[in-house]
Amino acid sequence: MKTVLRIIAAGHGVTLQDGGRFGYLRYGVTPAGPMDPLAFATANQAVGVPPDAVAIEVSLGGVELTVDGGPISLAIAGGTFRLQLDGNELPMPAVVRLAPPQRLAIRAGAAGAWCYVAVAGRIDVAPMLGSVATHTRSRLGGLSGRALEANDVLPLTSPFLVEPAIAIIVAPWLERAGDTIRVLLGPQNDYFTADQMAAFLQGPWTLSARSDRMAYLLGGQPLRHAKGFNIVSDGIAVGAIQVPGNGQPMVLMADRQPTGGYPKIANVIGADVGRLAQLRPGAQFRFLSVTIEEAVAARRAESQALAEPLILTPLRRTDLSSEFLLGLNLIDGIIDAER
Amino acid sequence: MNSTPPRLLDAGEAALVVEFGSEVDQVTNERVLALDRALATLTLPGLRETVPTYRSLMIHYDPVLLDRSRLVDVVRGIENAAPILPCAPNHLWTIPCCYDPELGEDITAVAAMTGLSTDRIVALHAGTTYRVYMYGFAPGFCYLGGLPRELVVSRRPTPRPPHPPNTILLGGGLTLITTFAMPTGWWLLGRTPERMFAPTREPKFLVDVGDALRFAPVNRLTFDALEARAENSEIVSKRERLR
Repeated sequence: MKTVLRIIAAGHGVTLQDGGRFGYLRYGVTPAGPMDPLAFATANQAVGVPPDAVAIEVSLGGVELTVDGGPISLAIAGGTFRLQLDGNELPMPAVVRLAPPQRLAIRAGAAGAWCYVAVAGRIDVAPMLGSVATHTRSRLGGLSGRALEANDVLPLTSPFLVEPAIAIIVAPWLERAGDTIRVLLGPQNDYFTADQMAAFLQGPWTLSARSDRMAYLLGGQPLRHAKGFNIVSDGIAVGAIQVPGNGQPMVLMADRQPTGGYPKIANVIGADVGRLAQLRPGAQFRFLSVTIEEAVAARRAESQALAEPLILTPLRRTDLSSEFLLGLNLIDGIIDAER
Repeated sequence: MNSTPPRLLDAGEAALVVEFGSEVDQVTNERVLALDRALATLTLPGLRETVPTYRSLMIHYDPVLLDRSRLVDVVRGIENAAPILPCAPNHLWTIPCCYDPELGEDITAVAAMTGLSTDRIVALHAGTTYRVYMYGFAPGFCYLGGLPRELVVSRRPTPRPPHPPNTILLGGGLTLITTFAMPTGWWLLGRTPERMFAPTREPKFLVDVGDALRFAPVNRLTFDALEARAENSEIVSKRERLR
């Protein structure tokens, strides 16, 4: 029997993502890809698959899944979600072994807005325009261009098992406070006067509940444009901060359009896009202006974090919550690897 | 030929905007495409992809692999090397378009705004050779420049619910071929049976930026016949090689 992942339940906005759909930006195609690229790559690396392999992006809506066929190894990273294996709490980020008929439930936890479920093996879904990244608005990627739903089945090619079977992923780089988000000013900062630039950096800004994979909308004192808010459309990079007519900035995220027509006051640096993505509606933060050299150094530091093999620490009994330990008495043998 | 050096602007540390102007015009767009073509001939590790728009080229790059100063030198080198010659289009496309009010429901509203008859609107819209300025907004949405002045109308006061796929829109001094159903602030002028984007066909995106394009009016019967063929993955437009 072929091994498949089966979705038991999925909240709104749980999607398949890979590194993103690149090479078609010039044709109006949205890149999509993970909201928190570093957490996504960490999860993939923890199970030894390429950093841009297909994984499940879990929203605050959560997901519950099981496996049919053989046992599989999964890695879960990104934010601090609540992880339960047949009702037993596990810490995050973690490598987990899932065998039929066990169920893994992932629900919004203490912090973070997105987490990733990577699979030791390959989620076998046909790419569209070279990528499996789901963009629901243009119906590209994933399963027929849509988010995952209950009863969806994801076939796995060449699944393998990771040791230790249950382990904590040592990834201190995912512990990122999000109250300051670094930006490079421009490219259209000349559409704002000096006092409005100061107001932009002063903030504070509050993340709106209407935010989604396309844009994070910010609430705060509206910004005023010095020379109107219509520009001739030009390119949009990930993290671009557009200021539309109402003066409320929006940060363009993974599902951005490749071009747009509002002035862009600044751009979140690459290393902080994932940190921003992990904030929840209602979170308050400020922007900090940095130089391009600082932005490149931060990006380089991020890529070095994943240059070495990840350390997986087998779960010790002291790491486990009392709920987990209670559960262990009922399903003996679940943490073989540490014996 | 206007050869003012372009402005170089950073959009974060992984995208450089080379801006040739702030308006929509053919000379500016030709300079954008000339730089785009010159970059495409180079092998520059760390250069990811480029996005030409009306008046600027966005260069996406990996700053860990490609230093900004090196990229800037390359761009300046291309701009200084030779006078920019007009980029003649490679192809002329003739795209069928049905202007029947059933498919172009706003043609009478456009007639009222412009004071032209609907026949005159069709004659003007289909009697013009356009230039493909850029793709944008959604996969395969194709922005065309060169609209006759008589057809320049302001946008709708408020956006309307999604138009059908493959609608031809008019607004903001441009005309636009769509692919997906999307809400719009533009006017619905007609519909083409052609698929500007078909993910399982080659080419997936029918036309290239910089190509020339005309519309050929077809009646409703012809539209329905062509629609059936296009539904079967056939290209129903005509392509002529110009050079």
